[in-house]
Amino acid sequence: MNNFRLNGSINTEFINEVQKRSGQNISLCYQCGNCTAGCPYTTFYDIPVSKIMRYVQAGLKEEALSCSSIWLCATCESCTTRCPNEIDVAHVMDVLRHMAREEGYEPEPQIKTFWDSFLNSVKRHGRVFEVGVMGEYMAKTGRIFTDMDLGLKVIPKGKLGLKPHDIVGKEEVAKIFERYNQEYKS
Amino acid sequence: MSSSLVYAYYPGCSGLGTSLEYDRSTRALCAALGIKLIDIPDWSCCGSTPAHTVDHTLSGALSARNIAQAESLDVQGIITPCPSCLTNLKTASYRMRDEGFKNKVNKLLDTPCRNDLPIMSVLQVLFEKVGPDAIKNKTTIPLKGIKVAPYYGCIMNRPPKIMNFDDCENPIAMDVLMEAAGAEVMPFPLKVECCGASYGVAKKEMVTTLSGKLLDMAADCGATSMVTACPLCQMNLDLRQSQVNRANKSHHEMPIFYYTQLLGMALGLNDEDLMLNKLCVSPNKVFYSLREPQRAEAS
Ligand code: SF4
Ligand code: SF4
Repeated sequence: MNNFRLNGSINTEFINEVQKRSGQNISLCYQCGNCTAGCPYTTFYDIPVSKIMRYVQAGLKEEALSCSSIWLCATCESCTTRCPNEIDVAHVMDVLRHMAREEGYEPEPQIKTFWDSFLNSVKRHGRVFEVGVMGEYMAKTGRIFTDMDLGLKVIPKGKLGLKPHDIVGKEEVAKIFERYNQEYKS
Repeated sequence: MSSSLVYAYYPGCSGLGTSLEYDRSTRALCAALGIKLIDIPDWSCCGSTPAHTVDHTLSGALSARNIAQAESLDVQGIITPCPSCLTNLKTASYRMRDEGFKNKVNKLLDTPCRNDLPIMSVLQVLFEKVGPDAIKNKTTIPLKGIKVAPYYGCIMNRPPKIMNFDDCENPIAMDVLMEAAGAEVMPFPLKVECCGASYGVAKKEMVTTLSGKLLDMAADCGATSMVTACPLCQMNLDLRQSQVNRANKSHHEMPIFYYTQLLGMALGLNDEDLMLNKLCVSPNKVFYSLREPQRAEAS
């Protein structure tokens, strides 16, 4: 277990940034553990969500941004709904994901690749093209046989669109991504 | 029930593929209950979970494009069957009450979003505007003998500050509508627990564990079927039920209906609209129990 650094400098910059980007006052957290108790994913987490909140309070940036948990969080909103101090914990988890992405942490490459493939599909067609997402995901991760059993079930039912659903305004959607990249990524 | 319910309809991407039976039965049910749906012109994907894990402004803009598209219509609001789309649309709309955020979002769009239309789930409109009595009065084939566990999924009602519908820990809308249609609703304590969301592809064990818990609990509660309002939940519980069984050494054969299919059945909608043949776990056993009371009456 990591010990908290009680002496030495506290990374207040990190604390402030998380608070500013999430709009949440993290110092209100009194570690009651309600968020962790209701988190359906806690058995898969390397760090429970209440402890991540503690890391943020303590300015432990590296520890908070490098964990797997922030990639496994499904934004089920259980923590946010149940926090007695009305902290939007799921929002904080989201913000930590954003920061982890920016700083190049990738402890769960498969999840990140899946999400990226999904967004590429939206950017390209305006709507998600499920088969395309799977194709890109499999090509990038090399996990070819994932869900083959399900494909065999779904195709005969006509539930898997084999053609992309391009929309008229797909350029408009692509421009949302481009403007976003220009505005915030350069 | 007023005869002037007109809404902009956001089908959501899954309605074109993996949940086409949900889209179809929703449209038919709304028509039967006097709700007029106008598809949002040239709607695009809301970005789902992947977008908000990248950035909230980007996610907001992908939703706001659709809200803006709906603003050209003469409607009372926007409705969608899919809780995931609903969350994105409602969260974007909620955050755009902040002028700073709204400006950031509008900077990414061709057409700026006014953000003055209410946004609701189809379930909310059925529950609040149509109501259980109307369902009861229109029911021609009561769902007698169907023991159903209503499963709402994690985000239809949470967080309450944004979703603003029903109870965030113990929602009852589907329970009440199912009862109005004559089904036997079982007490199901995991109504708002997460099914594993979209991790089936990248982290299958999370889905088989969490969905497994839901199926076990529904069975323990005496349910012979489950009813859901969410395409992702339905997919995890139905399409992935064989994977769940394999991973957990369980033997569930639990049909997982969309609530629109069951209500539609009670209202006597036809097979083409209900698309029950799209379900992976066959509902035939349940139908047998449905016909039982009627058979008993006949003999
Ligand atoms: S529920 Fe709220 S106060 Fe309690 S530990 Fe979690 S974040 Fe802190
Ligand atoms: S939102 Fe994330 S951290 Fe919060 S309870 Fe759900 S999975 Fe856990």
